Amino acid sequence: MFSHYIFYFLSIMALFSAVMMLVSKKPIHSVLFLTLTFFAIAGHYVLLNAQFLAVVHVIVYAGAIMVLFLFTVMLLNLNNDERSPKPIWVKVIAFLAGCMLLLTLIGVFRGYDIQSAHDPMTTQIGLVKSLGRILYHDYLIPFELSSVLFLTAMVGAVLLGKKEQI
Amino acid sequence: MITQIIYKTLLASFILVMSLLVAMYSTLIERKVAGWFQDRHGPNRAGPWGLLQPLADGVKLFFKEEFMPNSADKFLYILGPSLTMFIALLTSAVIPWGPDLVINGQTYSLQMADINIGILYIFAIVSIGVYGIMIGGWASNNKYALLGAVRASSQMISYELAMSLSIITIVMMTGSLSMRDIVAQQQGFHWNILYQPLGFLIFLICAFAETNRSPFDLPECETELVGGYHTEYSSMKLGFYLFAEYINMFISGAVMATLFLGGYHFPGLDKLGLSPNVFAFVSFIVLFTKITFFGFIYMWIRWTLPRFRYDQLMKLGWKSLIPLAILNVVITGVVILLNQ
Repeated sequence: MFSHYIFYFLSIMALFSAVMMLVSKKPIHSVLFLTLTFFAIAGHYVLLNAQFLAVVHVIVYAGAIMVLFLFTVMLLNLNNDERSPKPIWVKVIAFLAGCMLLLTLIGVFRGYDIQSAHDPMTTQIGLVKSLGRILYHDYLIPFELSSVLFLTAMVGAVLLGKKEQI
Repeated sequence: MITQIIYKTLLASFILVMSLLVAMYSTLIERKVAGWFQDRHGPNRAGPWGLLQPLADGVKLFFKEEFMPNSADKFLYILGPSLTMFIALLTSAVIPWGPDLVINGQTYSLQMADINIGILYIFAIVSIGVYGIMIGGWASNNKYALLGAVRASSQMISYELAMSLSIITIVMMTGSLSMRDIVAQQQGFHWNILYQPLGFLIFLICAFAETNRSPFDLPECETELVGGYHTEYSSMKLGFYLFAEYINMFISGAVMATLFLGGYHFPGLDKLGLSPNVFAFVSFIVLFTKITFFGFIYMWIRWTLPRFRYDQLMKLGWKSLIPLAILNVVITGVVILLNQ
């Protein structure tokens, strides 16, 4: 019962900060609201008994990616007046793309049977041991391949960032 | 159930008060140690041996004039120091301060929360610790403060990597992410520092960088940046920034003692046949002594070594510590595999 209230609180927080991220004028505020959204989602993971995912979510998104975002935004020091207004066709295309995403999501969740979902408290599916077994046993090759992909992206970024010829 | 809730509330308040008191008196000890190293007395006017000095400093900070720059982002300017203080106090929740207490046949754990990912929780707190400094530095709308904030963020991201790599070896050896298991495994004299000396060294250096202590105090480097990220802060907001640094020192000392120096264990202590509660108390004192030792090392190094240059800091982090930490992980993996 108590966790219901926490769920509603976290959901309201996530939605509110996501909307605020879109509407706030200063880029720094947007970044900070996005960070708040990530924290709310991490809270949802804890409610689903997936503590490992929650903490990794905080470390990776809030701790690393958003700090880099904040870093970049601070260095560029973007101001409201410096941002040129977007032309109308960009807005139309963005709106259409958003509608497509919404359509896809509705399509996915319409056929989803909520009743058959596993109870996270009994299956312990989000704890380190079960997650590790799935990643390193059932999906070993996709997991390793994705890590190679990350390495490639890193090397590529360093290569592009280097000014002189190699 | 009710007694457990009351007990946890009491424990939380106790840990909070202890962190604040220790941080308060660390400022005095820091100045005494500095005095000792520089062959002078240090503060000795307020009370006997200057014992009331932290109180006097606190009162001074409280009654100083509040000043906020005109062009500052008001909300974020206040959020910065509050967030720093809040995050500094969060870590202590997963540290096991001692073995279980037994009162009326009920056992009470001296750890606030025994979550099964304790070590990752500490990482998460460390990685979001930079927000307070970045927000405060940016919101002041001062170029020195901004430079300090930018330095802080890049320094922390760089040293987090080596820090987490050095902890992975501990996790590999223990096979658990829970702080309680890690301490339990070091019972007697099986301290992790004996098995992982390189990992300990890397962790210690990174802890200096993460707490912004000299020789890594580039974000507040007063010879280049006036006061760094807290240039525009005054009164108790400045006090919060300075205070959070001492809390961080205390907590990181506790983390290092727990991970590498056997936590509350001391060789032979469990064979004395003490009653559980006395044993818990003595163990707590043991842990506290280890933390004090780390606190002294922090001060010792601050008053001995000069500050790094910024490029030296980055070179040390990326070109020395991270390769060494990866090497350490590989060696540990090979040794574990051979011992199986």
